[in-house]
Amino acid sequence: MGLHGWRLFSLICAALIGGYLLAAAAGTFLAGVLPDFRGGSVMTGTMVSFAVYAGAIIWVFAMRRPAMAWFALVSASLLLATGGVFLGRGGL
Amino acid sequence: MSKGAPGLRETAPKKRPQGGFRQAMAWLHTWAGLALGWLLFLIFLTGTAGYFDTEIDRWMQPELPPAQTHLNASNTADLLLRRLATDAPGAERWFLRLPDDRNQPYPGIFWQGASVEAGARAARGSLTLNGETGDMFQARDTGGGQLLYQLHWRLHYLTRTQADVIVGFATLFMLVALISGVIIHKKIFKDFFTFRPRKGQRSWLDAHNVLSVLALPFHLMITYSGLVFMAFSYMPLVVAAHYGFGDDARSQFFAEAFDPPGIEEAANETAPLVALDPLIAKAEKAWGSGRVRNIDIRHPGDRNARILLYESTNTSVSRTAGLMVFDGVSGELLHRVAPELSTSRGVRDLFVGLHEGLFAGPWLRWLYFISGLMGTGMIATGLLLWAVKRRQRAEKATGVENPGLRLVEKLNVGTLVGLPVAIAAYFWANRLLPAGLEARAAWEMHSLFITWAAMLLYGTLRPTKRAWVEQLTVAALAFALLPLLNALTTDRHLGASLSEGDLILAGFDMVMLAMGIAWAAAAWYLHCRWSPVPADQNATRSWVKPFAPARSAK
Repeated sequence: MGLHGWRLFSLICAALIGGYLLAAAAGTFLAGVLPDFRGGSVMTGTMVSFAVYAGAIIWVFAMRRPAMAWFALVSASLLLATGGVFLGRGGL
Repeated sequence: MSKGAPGLRETAPKKRPQGGFRQAMAWLHTWAGLALGWLLFLIFLTGTAGYFDTEIDRWMQPELPPAQTHLNASNTADLLLRRLATDAPGAERWFLRLPDDRNQPYPGIFWQGASVEAGARAARGSLTLNGETGDMFQARDTGGGQLLYQLHWRLHYLTRTQADVIVGFATLFMLVALISGVIIHKKIFKDFFTFRPRKGQRSWLDAHNVLSVLALPFHLMITYSGLVFMAFSYMPLVVAAHYGFGDDARSQFFAEAFDPPGIEEAANETAPLVALDPLIAKAEKAWGSGRVRNIDIRHPGDRNARILLYESTNTSVSRTAGLMVFDGVSGELLHRVAPELSTSRGVRDLFVGLHEGLFAGPWLRWLYFISGLMGTGMIATGLLLWAVKRRQRAEKATGVENPGLRLVEKLNVGTLVGLPVAIAAYFWANRLLPAGLEARAAWEMHSLFITWAAMLLYGTLRPTKRAWVEQLTVAALAFALLPLLNALTTDRHLGASLSEGDLILAGFDMVMLAMGIAWAAAAWYLHCRWSPVPADQNATRSWVKPFAPARSAK
């Protein structure tokens, strides 16, 4: 059984778009919790986000289930981004 | 074989067998690599040429004297300052570049926010100057090695945003291809020593593996640092989440993260700028003679003027070195900043420094160049492997022509050989275009793209095998004849530059000659391998047959 057509397209989009969201959210979270000054934490978060992006893409293609990939990436992104912004504000 | 993208096998919901994972990674490696492979080839090739950017600059302006790194810093600074006073009065910022090593061979100035009413040449501009006379060099108009290496992230014809998106995705795909490549690679150590020549697909796989594994640290470093280099363009959301959206919020971030300490807004009260000599003397006392690279003057002539002296970076891998901030009126030393402002800044500067390799001396620079070529070769062999593998399968199947495979084969010959030929055409244009031509530098770059397009077109019109041999021959001639062209069009021929000990001009000529010989060897090898032999032998040996038109197969 192979992944074809729309399901393959959905998986690729999940990897590229969902992965980007997760990367941005993970970077935001990291920037919110790191003890460095704000500019420094944001810099570190941004630099690390690309590793998260690559990791997310690998994970999506290792699992190969489009609906699950979308759900996991979007919900994890929401949690991380909200947490990151909240903790970042609290630290100010 | 089936047409279009083969499907990706889906694992059972609960069970994930090891083979399935590796297969999925192989699929990802194949298609992530293929999708932007030719663009990545361009990025790696022109980026690699960039490790010799100032050397190429020099060859493309043979009128220029050898590097002026012997000049006295104080005298040069005074010369540049006088030039700025006449060319850029009322500026918000004056920037003086002192020649210190190959990265900055000649003095230069740069300014922002100058007043055209007060007589400035333009509101902002930059000039390279002759350190002996303070005048501009009289030399041909060229993009030089700078425009050639900028191609690898600016893509020349595109806007900054378009290029950022495209190059950003290409870099990401490269990273994914590297990671998935390592995962599918079972015998990473053993394959190091494995090369099986003349075995078609096997040989390409071995070559791909050796090129990838041998320089893997370089490939990973250059790819990730490429992402870090452009991080805030590729991933603006992290900044936005903590600073807010919009240009003001972004500027605030850049000011917090990057601005040196002690910078003030202009007071709009005039005050004379302090002499630079004692400041340079103070910095040279701390860093060593000739180690002041750049002098950055903010609000010159204002009461709140600041003068920033930057240390040469050629003894540290990181992009930043020492910095001294002086009051521009009293000359008082306000701040002395150590190379690392913070850990995060230090990490970023280390990545960027590694990517640019400005610190590298001659040996390390060659290692950079060779690693870059290995990366370029890794991409090339990967693209070839894709085609060779499918060509073998297609030959086993009954004469059905696959349009996707044909496209890849044509793009391969037109780019893997065509782009190097196009780069040679860039150098040919530099010598052949008339000196007075309008937009001469732009036409050099147009020549590159016109040649590449011609090579792509040529590849589609010829049988693939013929196209390979013929284009390799063109490449051999295009590179090997460059020293001759140089001798015919300038007085800086190889004999002259060798006898004068001008290693940069001589080195360029000799490297071009060596590349020409390498292309010729490749052309000769393929010619012998594919030259007409009795028909029955030819059938078993060849991997790319002259194409039968698709309609005749039906």
